[in-house]
Amino acid sequence: MTDVPVNAEATTAAKIADGLEKRLGAGEIKVQSTADGIPTFWLPRGSAHRALAYLKEDVDHPYRMLYDLTAIDERMRTHPEGPPASDFTLVYHLLSFERNQYLRIKVPLSVDQPEADTATDLWPAANWYEREVWDMFGLRFRGHPHLERLLMPKTWVGHPLRKDHPARATEMGPFHLPDEKEAAEQEAMRFRPEDWGMHRGGDGEDFVFLNVGPQHPGTHGVLRVVLQLDGEEIMDAVPDIGFHHRGAEKMGERQSWHTYIPYTDRIDYLGGVMNNMAYLMAVEELAGIVVPPRAQVIRVMLCELFRIISHLVWYGTFAQDLGQLSPVFYTFNDRERAFGIIEGICGARMHPNWFRIGGVAQDLPKGWDVPIRDFIKYLPPRLAEYDTQVMRNRIFKSRTQGVGAFTTEEAIEWGVTGPGLRACGFEWDFRKKQPYSGYENFEFDIPVGSHGDCYDRGAVRVEEMRQSLRIIQQCVDNMPEGTYKSLQPLACPPLKDRTMHDIETLITHFLGVGWGPVIPPGESLRAIEATKGNNGYYLVSDGSTTSYRTRIRTPSFAHMQMLPRLVRGHMIPDLLAVLGAMDFVLADVDR
Amino acid sequence: MTSPYPFASIFGILIVALSLSAALIWVERRLLALWQDRYGPNRAGPFGLLQVLADMIKIFAKEDWIPPFADKAVFVIAPAIIMVTVLLSFAVLPIAPGIIVADLNIGLLFFLGMSSLGVYSIVLAGWSSGNKYSLLGGLRAAAQMMSYEVFMGMSLMGVVLLAGSFNLTTIVEAQSKLWFVIPQFLGFILFLIAGVAEARRLPFDLPEAEAELVAGFHSEYSGMKFGMFFVGEYLGITLISAMIAVLFFGGWMGPWLPPIVWFFIKVFAFLCFFILLRASLPRLRFDQLMSLGWKVMFPLALANLVVTGAIVTVFK
Repeated sequence: MTDVPVNAEATTAAKIADGLEKRLGAGEIKVQSTADGIPTFWLPRGSAHRALAYLKEDVDHPYRMLYDLTAIDERMRTHPEGPPASDFTLVYHLLSFERNQYLRIKVPLSVDQPEADTATDLWPAANWYEREVWDMFGLRFRGHPHLERLLMPKTWVGHPLRKDHPARATEMGPFHLPDEKEAAEQEAMRFRPEDWGMHRGGDGEDFVFLNVGPQHPGTHGVLRVVLQLDGEEIMDAVPDIGFHHRGAEKMGERQSWHTYIPYTDRIDYLGGVMNNMAYLMAVEELAGIVVPPRAQVIRVMLCELFRIISHLVWYGTFAQDLGQLSPVFYTFNDRERAFGIIEGICGARMHPNWFRIGGVAQDLPKGWDVPIRDFIKYLPPRLAEYDTQVMRNRIFKSRTQGVGAFTTEEAIEWGVTGPGLRACGFEWDFRKKQPYSGYENFEFDIPVGSHGDCYDRGAVRVEEMRQSLRIIQQCVDNMPEGTYKSLQPLACPPLKDRTMHDIETLITHFLGVGWGPVIPPGESLRAIEATKGNNGYYLVSDGSTTSYRTRIRTPSFAHMQMLPRLVRGHMIPDLLAVLGAMDFVLADVDR
Repeated sequence: MTSPYPFASIFGILIVALSLSAALIWVERRLLALWQDRYGPNRAGPFGLLQVLADMIKIFAKEDWIPPFADKAVFVIAPAIIMVTVLLSFAVLPIAPGIIVADLNIGLLFFLGMSSLGVYSIVLAGWSSGNKYSLLGGLRAAAQMMSYEVFMGMSLMGVVLLAGSFNLTTIVEAQSKLWFVIPQFLGFILFLIAGVAEARRLPFDLPEAEAELVAGFHSEYSGMKFGMFFVGEYLGITLISAMIAVLFFGGWMGPWLPPIVWFFIKVFAFLCFFILLRASLPRLRFDQLMSLGWKVMFPLALANLVVTGAIVTVFK
């Protein structure tokens, strides 16, 4: 697959720059070098769309996936990075599977003309990303079919991720709800199918609109899906998200680099410390910290344990969505055992907040390997039992096979990663393809499906649990000795025994703990194979104790956007099968 | 052979049926818990036996709420229908020699008729609630009834042919040498499946389908009106189990033990089977259920009837 070696990034960047220059004309492109080495180009607003089209369709080994699209409010920068003056910068992250490489396109916009061309004609996935940018930054996209707020309420005033928007309620003045405001809020909630891009009927037939959620037993949290029904057949479905939006990205601009870690735990709240991983890798990249081998293996071990924990929740609830009542109790029971291990090591269960900049919070406790070895022995027979009960059940098969299927090409168009992508038969796992934290040293297989339907998505996850057990086994057998946290001064909090020797180490410690480390200016995108797909953190540092911009690219957001495409023409029960097989977490969708 | 003490039989069966189905709620919760590695209700009274009583008190004490958007009269009548039709079916059920309310010569037809009427309760409840989820539940119930009533009746015709009567007591007595489950095994399987669908239990609980339709047809019901659906459902399961025992497993017949004990043992065994089904199977989809009913079950029931008829004709 990888035709271009990864270490040849500089030359590929030059080649792409040449290609773009030829396409757009000389002097249009400016190249920026970044901490993460991802080829980064600044393009003027007028030619960005042509450049994106070129990169997606025409360049050799094209960048087929719109991995992420976001913006940066540059107006408060003290260390502006690029030559072009910019008030708001649109940032496109593209991913080429053939090159196994990301690409970053930046488009400067001025505050007087906050507008760019839409990319929805190139990627259907651009739709929600552009709406999010409009919602959060107030940047418009010409030609977007439905540029409405996505995460914030319709009546919200202002654009939260602009630097001049308050970050806390206490900065906003007391809240009042006079009668006319209440009436206006109520009116804004009135359901009009046309506002959602649906139509009421015609030709003598009326459609039924069914509101599924935000309180509904099948939506796994506060998700609302509005269905346009003909009988029980779904003509159209529109997900309404944002109920779980807590402004995690805005909080990133307020917390110090260190104190933001617990917030990441709560993004994919079933993934526990796995969330810390992508964030910390990006911070460590900026700080130039090398994580010691023992910390790396501990991180891998806990991440894989959390992958199993997350998949067990999925397994039980998926079966429950299809009406099977028992498996959820069995899998939660197993999950409880895994939590026992997590609790023994980290002291907490669901959100241990246990990784640190440069390593992990503590060394492993004495006898840590015993419960893990027990668990490795315990789980496989249980999984075999669930296979008989769930995956080989004929009713279960008939409910999931051929339901909500998509192809690899569609998956890439929509930004699908993780088990959903592998279920199409595309063997792509970021742990193998872009190894991080020492994954290249482990032996494990990438399970793939072939039909891309709900059943295959399930089968891939079930097999992933077995592979995770293999990885954990290798971690237990080969745990390196050494320190659990880097000795680099920016590692935070610094190891205590290195603080009392002289005034210099004491000051470093004092500042690191009091203010938090000052991370050098720069930007970095690091992504991992999280439980649900590719989870990436794009961090921009302005050389201070807090992040200038924290962008969280979550898999569930992209997957949820594909929902209408998956359920159209199916029936209501299939909606539940598709949602169950998608394995989303609402906090991961809304952040 | 009508009961010598009609009133004693009526009240006896009424009280036993109602308390049995109430107790069944406890049995189901405990059994499900056992199979799902958890405890179930175990706080109120010994083994949590008083849980049902506590629930009853709660449900009686609740506000009797009718949503403003509901069709009031129908909304109130619907839960009564299911209670009445299921309890009426118990009237023709021969529990033991002499213990029967009405020994009708068309007992089996009466049972089929009542169970067909029972579905009106669901459909009307779904329609009158003024809620789209309820409506979908009611529609599903109607479609389910269409697909299942037909082969339910058809699957029992083999039994009728062998016994030569629609009278349930006669049917039981005809099994004194051989239980009908053996010559009518296919009929038994078909009736069992239809019975599960009739009782709206997993994997055929589509009108309710809590993951999809919240609570389906009874989403808007609360208090005792909900309680009637709830008890009605358990009465329905008890009735179907009893019918299986009567039609295929020799009713009260069995060695050593008194007839009534045999009857209850058999009924209890099928009740447990129903609960086990709920603990193990996922739910079918609406269209899958329909095509199973019409394309598989119906032809099989028809074939069963034809073959049984041919054999009976040849050997008589």
